[in-house]
Amino acid sequence: MSPIISVSNLSKTYGSGFKALKGINLDINRGEIFALLGPNGAGKTTLISIICGIANPSEGRVAIGGHDIIRDYRAARSMIGLVPQELHTDAFESVWATVSFSRGLFGKPKNPAHIEKVLKDLSLWDKKDNKIITLSGGMKRRVMIAKALSHEPQILFLDEPTAGVDVELRKGMWEVVRTLQASGVTIILTTHYIEEAEEMADRIGVINKGEIILIEDKATLMQKLGKKQLTLQLQSRLDAVPLALAAYNLELSDDGHAVTYDYDTKGDRTGITSLLNDLRNAGVRISDLDTRQSSLEDIFVSLVRQV
Amino acid sequence: MNYRAIRAIYLFEMARTWRTLLQSIVSPVVSTSLYFVVFGAAIGSRITEVEGVSYGTFIVPGLVMLSVLTQSISNASFGIYFPKFAGTIYEILSAPISYFEIVIGYVGAAATKSIILGLIILATAGLFVPLHIQHPVWMLTFLVLTAVTFSLFGFIIGIWADGFEKLQMIPMLVVTPLTFLGGSFYSVNMLPSGWRTITLFNPVVYLISGFRWSFYEIADVSVGLSLGMTAGFLIACMVIVAWIFRTGYRLKN
Repeated sequence: MSPIISVSNLSKTYGSGFKALKGINLDINRGEIFALLGPNGAGKTTLISIICGIANPSEGRVAIGGHDIIRDYRAARSMIGLVPQELHTDAFESVWATVSFSRGLFGKPKNPAHIEKVLKDLSLWDKKDNKIITLSGGMKRRVMIAKALSHEPQILFLDEPTAGVDVELRKGMWEVVRTLQASGVTIILTTHYIEEAEEMADRIGVINKGEIILIEDKATLMQKLGKKQLTLQLQSRLDAVPLALAAYNLELSDDGHAVTYDYDTKGDRTGITSLLNDLRNAGVRISDLDTRQSSLEDIFVSLVRQV
Repeated sequence: MNYRAIRAIYLFEMARTWRTLLQSIVSPVVSTSLYFVVFGAAIGSRITEVEGVSYGTFIVPGLVMLSVLTQSISNASFGIYFPKFAGTIYEILSAPISYFEIVIGYVGAAATKSIILGLIILATAGLFVPLHIQHPVWMLTFLVLTAVTFSLFGFIIGIWADGFEKLQMIPMLVVTPLTFLGGSFYSVNMLPSGWRTITLFNPVVYLISGFRWSFYEIADVSVGLSLGMTAGFLIACMVIVAWIFRTGYRLKN
């Protein structure tokens, strides 16, 4: 199936000479949730701005559902709903008026039933007649999502959707995103919260200094780069790791009651069997053990550091 | 054409007008009434007649133009400046609409508002002096043309401005002096000949003169010239707006 968004060789140089994007190539599949990760200033927002028509590309091209974003901007843009990072809302309009305005702006005929559904899904229905200025930050964020959904887009961009949103609300937003995906909407989100990408995304892209340094299925990524850690609780305290176990690079905890062992799940031999054997031979008795998969955060930090 | 988008922008802007009714409509009407009291009654009682019409009557077209000019500029400049300032412009830029449609929405609403205002002021003037309009169609033509032209001009200022100070600067330092020196309160023929020549470089003279002609058939310059100058200014503004959108000046990186 052809990708719903196709970015090829996209570069952006600002007037100051700063190269924000350097030859980006990226395909987004229909119906997926794609998480774009990257440190501040990596180019996430610039990339989204160009795709949505807010900034001009310096080089390269972008097609949305086969429509070029410059030549065929009407068809391209009408497929997209954008929720930018900053809380940009009107102040004195009512929630209902601003969301209806967005629908009109995107050329769609009035449909109060749809607006009602969007507001209800985002728990904004009882606020529909309130002026936006009276709403809390989390509600304003949801108003912006409602505006983006008002014209029934096939693609939704969420730029840092849960920045500054409390845990409860964040979970609620994830729920909304999942429902949208189930209804066939493609979702691209940028985030600082790696747990968010880990929780939500089907695929993950990492951007750093204007370049995509990795695009991978989340599961593959976790597996491929996933280091695991084995923690062994000891029955009696150790002052030092026995010399015979030096080859395992064990790390002794401060209280001397636990050792940790790092191993690679993609290797043929994890070394666990021999470690356990050697421990028994050295007279070390184990009371408990657990293993931990390294999180996406660890993977991300190590990736960005490498560059 | 994305007519629904034009409609959405237009209605959104008009809603802003109704919400700020006091500032939009009432305050210009009050200040125009004050002009009538000061210029029409106090000074007018000493001037009595200009080119065959009473002074109070003579200043009506100028006063209407004064408000239409300044209100067109401030409506349109604020209308587009505010979304830039608040950041909500992102939505306009990401919507499937052409620049032309954006301009129709914003400028159309600003012009509509100042035309309504001009007519209200005209009605207010009717309370102070007897009004007779010789060429109502031409009167409306000049009114609409001026409102549209200066709304476009205001739109340009709103895009150019990157702070509230700049937003006020052009109207305060350029437009207000030109309007006061443009023959709102006097006939250019009343000036000494040297000043008269200088005045002819003031575009506002042509607007007011043409507008006054449609009322009383008296004019400082010929009506054709008035119409030509107004149209010329309109075209100049359109060219600048077209350039702004082609280059994305102050709107897009």
